[in-house]
Amino acid sequence: MNSIMIPVAVFLGLGVLTGVLLAVAARAFTVPKNETAEKITECLPGANCGGCGYSGCAALADAIAGGEARVSACTVGGPEVAAKIAAIMGVEAQPAVRMRAQVMCSGTQEYARKKYVYDGIPDCTAAVRLGGGDKLCMNGCIGLGSCAKACPFGAISVVEGVAVVDYRKCRGCGVCVKACPKHIIRLIPYDAKHWVGCVSVDDGKNTRRVCDVGCISCRLCQKNCPSGAIAVDNFVAKIDYSKCSGCDTCVEKCPRHIIWSSELQGQHGLVIRREKAEKKS
Amino acid sequence: MNHIFMIMFAAILTQNFIFSRFYGCCPFLGVSDKPSTALGMGMAVTFVMTISSAATWAVYRFLLEPYGLEYLKTIAFILVIATLVQFIEMFLRRFVHALYSALGIYLPLITTNCAVLGAALVNIEEGYDFIESVVFGFSAALGFTLAICIFAGVRERIRFAEPPKSFRGFPLLLIAAGLAAMAFSGFSGMKF
Repeated sequence: MNSIMIPVAVFLGLGVLTGVLLAVAARAFTVPKNETAEKITECLPGANCGGCGYSGCAALADAIAGGEARVSACTVGGPEVAAKIAAIMGVEAQPAVRMRAQVMCSGTQEYARKKYVYDGIPDCTAAVRLGGGDKLCMNGCIGLGSCAKACPFGAISVVEGVAVVDYRKCRGCGVCVKACPKHIIRLIPYDAKHWVGCVSVDDGKNTRRVCDVGCISCRLCQKNCPSGAIAVDNFVAKIDYSKCSGCDTCVEKCPRHIIWSSELQGQHGLVIRREKAEKKS
Repeated sequence: MNHIFMIMFAAILTQNFIFSRFYGCCPFLGVSDKPSTALGMGMAVTFVMTISSAATWAVYRFLLEPYGLEYLKTIAFILVIATLVQFIEMFLRRFVHALYSALGIYLPLITTNCAVLGAALVNIEEGYDFIESVVFGFSAALGFTLAICIFAGVRERIRFAEPPKSFRGFPLLLIAAGLAAMAFSGFSGMKF
């Protein structure tokens, strides 16, 4: 009887002692919680993508509550989340446009010519160190998928040597924009119908030399756009989305078939584009 | 004094917790992704292991031994260590916020870590007194920090390697860990 009672008593005492200690400590060491920040954290998407520039959703919530960040700082949540946070903070939300990422390169393996055969670390940043990557075009996608690795939503895949963003999965956080060592990923409005799949700043002659599908700054799109939304500047066409009406004139006029229409982009947008190019030629 | 250095040397190198005793392999593989997190984890382990060595020694010496309950030391130590880690976490959050933000996310991971429990049990097994126990706990954790930081460096290199598909990810990590353990066996020499 005695031999079992002693351990039971000792452990009961130890258990009660530690339990009381923790209970007292929990009461004595309570940290005043920031209720605003907690409410904001509940509204945020919780993906911790880091697109806002803070280490995670909780860090952003702290920053918003402290007045360091704007209520629309969460690029992923878009206008709905911004409106909710604005309601918590008691301010008016600025209208925010939902964005999505777009890789501004169409130079797949068979169209873009190469400088050398790259056989190093499979990472874009490493390849860029070697003479700016293996493509002759200095603004071409290297296709080793640094953006795909960085994407917190798994929206990017590399198709035929060019990264493609699946716009259905893209939340516009902009992490890939920072990850791309070539700086050729841009955020465009989610509803944008068209985009120019090239950002080469070489002139027409040099672009022709390095890639079959680069913008040669022929200005056909600029001349034919009925709403004057396209301007060729620094040897590359650029669409002003505030003016674009969404007609398909530029898509038809572009001799290099690099003005894209979102109707043409399915899962493998680039493949569809190539079929279209073959049909025309 | 010489004796203390012997304990430290053995705990850090020849009897390294990870590479020789194989304690604490879970955080070793789980948190060694980046050198910065590895160092944070190592510091948290050092902090907890030193204090828990002292606490468990006291519990064993003044509570278990007098009543002849040595056979219950494992469960008693788990209880004491878990409480201690929780207590430290709360204490740091309230009073030492800089340390809390540096170690905070690692502390709950150590609550029932086998390396911390292992240090407490080895202390008893070797019959260390109070000073020796604390020194052993501290230097065993330093050995853990050394191992996890070395391995984080190795993993930085592995990340860009292109191994055959069947080796990708965890298998290659285990092989690398085995090679590192073999290198550490050089400190104690081979015995056949």
